[in-house]
Amino acid sequence: MSAVGASGGSALLAVRSLTKLFGSFAACNAIDLDIQPGEIHALLGENGAGKSTLVKMLFGVLAPTSGQILWKGEPVRITSPGAARRLGIGMVFQHFSLFEALTVAENIALSLSPGISLSKVAEEASRLSHLYGLPLDPKAHVADLSVGERQRIEIVRALLQNPELIILDEPTSVLTPQEADRLFETLAKLKAEGRSVLYISHRLEEVQRICDRATVLRHGKVTGACDPRKETPASLARMMVGSDVASVSAAGTNTKGDVLLEARHLSVPARTPFAVALKNICLKVRGGEVLAIAGVAGNGQGELFDALSGEYPVPDASAVAIRGRPAGNLGITARRLMGAGFVPEERHGHAAVPALPLSDNLVLARNQSDRKTFLAGGVLGVIRRAVVRIASRRISETMDVRKSGENPAAGSLSGGNLQKYIVGRELDRQPAVLIVNQPTWGVDAGAASRIRQALVDLAREGSAVLVISQDLDEIFEVATEIAVISEGRLSDVYPARDLTREKIGLLMGGMYGKTEGEVADAH
Amino acid sequence: MRIELEKRANPSTFFSVLSPFLALGLTVLAGGIMFALLGKDPISALYSFFVEPLLDVWSLHEIAIKAAPLILIGVGLSVCYRSNNWNIGAEGQFIAGAIAGAIVPVVFHDWHSPLVLPLMLIFGMIGGALYAAIPAFLKAHMNTNEILTSLMLVYIAQLFLDWLVRGPWRSPDAYNFPVTRDFAPEAILPELVSSGRTNLGFAFAIIAAIALWIMMRYTLKGFEITVLGQSERAGRFAGFSSKRMIWFSLLLSGALAGLAGISEVSGTIGKLQPVISPGYGFTAIIVAFLGRLSPLGIIAAGLFLALTYVGGEAVQLTLSVSDKVTRVFQGLLLFFVLSCDTLIQYKIRLVFSRFGQSSEGGAH
Repeated sequence: MSAVGASGGSALLAVRSLTKLFGSFAACNAIDLDIQPGEIHALLGENGAGKSTLVKMLFGVLAPTSGQILWKGEPVRITSPGAARRLGIGMVFQHFSLFEALTVAENIALSLSPGISLSKVAEEASRLSHLYGLPLDPKAHVADLSVGERQRIEIVRALLQNPELIILDEPTSVLTPQEADRLFETLAKLKAEGRSVLYISHRLEEVQRICDRATVLRHGKVTGACDPRKETPASLARMMVGSDVASVSAAGTNTKGDVLLEARHLSVPARTPFAVALKNICLKVRGGEVLAIAGVAGNGQGELFDALSGEYPVPDASAVAIRGRPAGNLGITARRLMGAGFVPEERHGHAAVPALPLSDNLVLARNQSDRKTFLAGGVLGVIRRAVVRIASRRISETMDVRKSGENPAAGSLSGGNLQKYIVGRELDRQPAVLIVNQPTWGVDAGAASRIRQALVDLAREGSAVLVISQDLDEIFEVATEIAVISEGRLSDVYPARDLTREKIGLLMGGMYGKTEGEVADAH
Repeated sequence: MRIELEKRANPSTFFSVLSPFLALGLTVLAGGIMFALLGKDPISALYSFFVEPLLDVWSLHEIAIKAAPLILIGVGLSVCYRSNNWNIGAEGQFIAGAIAGAIVPVVFHDWHSPLVLPLMLIFGMIGGALYAAIPAFLKAHMNTNEILTSLMLVYIAQLFLDWLVRGPWRSPDAYNFPVTRDFAPEAILPELVSSGRTNLGFAFAIIAAIALWIMMRYTLKGFEITVLGQSERAGRFAGFSSKRMIWFSLLLSGALAGLAGISEVSGTIGKLQPVISPGYGFTAIIVAFLGRLSPLGIIAAGLFLALTYVGGEAVQLTLSVSDKVTRVFQGLLLFFVLSCDTLIQYKIRLVFSRFGQSSEGGAH
């Protein structure tokens, strides 16, 4: 016990120099962490900082390479999620593991030991769910439930084990602001009962709101332990990022030009059983505008991008217009030739081919729009690699892309640097219309701010920019106009200054007051 | 305990380059053991298998003759495989090309003109391409698996050829033997050099390999093939169509296999018979992979596998071992090529601990 020291002696869970190596890469490097009974402890860090690896070790999903985990002062080895549950640790994962065809009660029963009757499970689940303000109908089928309701199942499932520590991995990333508020109330109740919560997030605002203490990770190491309420968002961000993050300036983007991008009653049936159908989408983006489309993941953002980019054209030519000319039935190449540029959400295998060098990835997006520059030999289409390489260097310099060599494989770049290159690749040709899906998803804060500024600058120069994003902070930073997508329908477009987070939250939950009551109370 | 393949962080470039040679060395070693088990002296057996054919002008010509179809088919397949279209029915396209090309000298045997040979070659390419168009259509529009359809079409082609030479195309002068009439002299592919039988087919193979090498290395079409093979979605983003690529790669490899087929019957056999190929279409798959799907590498690999055919015939005569020895060597070679490549990219890990079971859960 003496080795544990004064700080760890009373802790519910203490972690001492916990390390996890993947090959030679240290995802977690000598992490120390103490969680006291009855506290909400935040684990802060950017994508890839090692948060998920750490909690997977705590929940027995991954085995640590070295280091110690102490539970109530005793060294323990957590070898499986079952062992973690027996100790009293419950976890709610970022991605749910639920069977859509089964009911709520059946899904819960699956995680319990066999032999407990379904009606008993349903009774207990509905008792707990009301106790903690998580209304759930045990007989409802999961397929019919919203993401927020599905998360409640996971929480109730964890609570049924009567855990002393509950780990929540990025719980609000799939919730509307209103749903998040209800979650915070539940967490406060858990805390009042003396349970501890380990709350993983990269959202500073909510951490400051609900957490008692915070441990900040960067590149697999602890870079700070603090009381988040005594810190400013800037000081927390500095601990997360390691340097000050430039703020994005949207000044000068209020000039309005012609309508450069337009969708008129764009409807697209779902391409696969898992896709979302787009229903009657209307939008207009003028030169100088940044239209941001907010929405919870999986509400048709990807499908909207596919239809606007022309990767999957629609039969109706007039459904999409670029610079006033109908383009709905044209493919992505034709739309690029009309002056549009595109940045898809997924970097690896969509926006870029990871195994190919950066210069080849430049040819990927611009092989026809810059045909005269990049290709020689007429129909033979000989790629002028020297010319392409010069253009690639120019893009890397303009966007400050940091890379390991002159022309490395795209896959060897970090997410942020590759994203800067992919955005820079489009900006380099000054597109009249730029459509970006999740511009800074999984990107470090420094690169994110660079990319957002570049989008704003492009609009300032007179282009029309459409940003599809799940990140409300990002939307308020860059947008001049905001609309919300929900279940494949787009809300009206509002000027950014007229909208608040709460209003966006209501739009995310449903449309135009029709379902506002539902958002306020799910049952 | 279970065995896991773990991707190496930095696969050795040195061994990646060495891999085909490593595979050759291992094949020779395993072949030596096989000869020893058969009760033959492994050194002299390997000598007559791999070295003797290289010392004799006649067998050098035989190697070139057998390498020609292997290279021609192999470079076509490399385009397919690079674009992620798994055509393994080149044997059928080879036969289809041979049949289509033979229409001119068999059906119109009274027509004598210098146009006969060019027409035969063109018909051969069209025949092979049309036969490959069947799996291409099925994959592009019906979403079927081209591995199955192209393979099954091989047997149809083989049996159709068998029926043709026993039935409608049987020569009236062949005493009921199942062969077509001999091709007229102007329907025979001319020999390249005076020292032996190597014919124009070998030149076709080298020209095709160099042309495809230039295409893959320097042109946008080659880039399109690479991109679509690595990621269909990225290809779509680039404005490339994976459906068109299915058509392009299968028609191209089918045409080259068809050209190989008509060159073989016109240059080497001189007529159609029930069996016109010792499995060139399948061996070319080994050639394509041994040549690392690079057209220039395929030239070398094609010559080497031709050597296994010639060497196999040699040991069959001198040591009286089974004619299956050639197939065994080819099989060993493919096995070692694929396993060398795999083990250079991945390392084997034996997992004993109970942590092993839970690490699967880490995937989500």
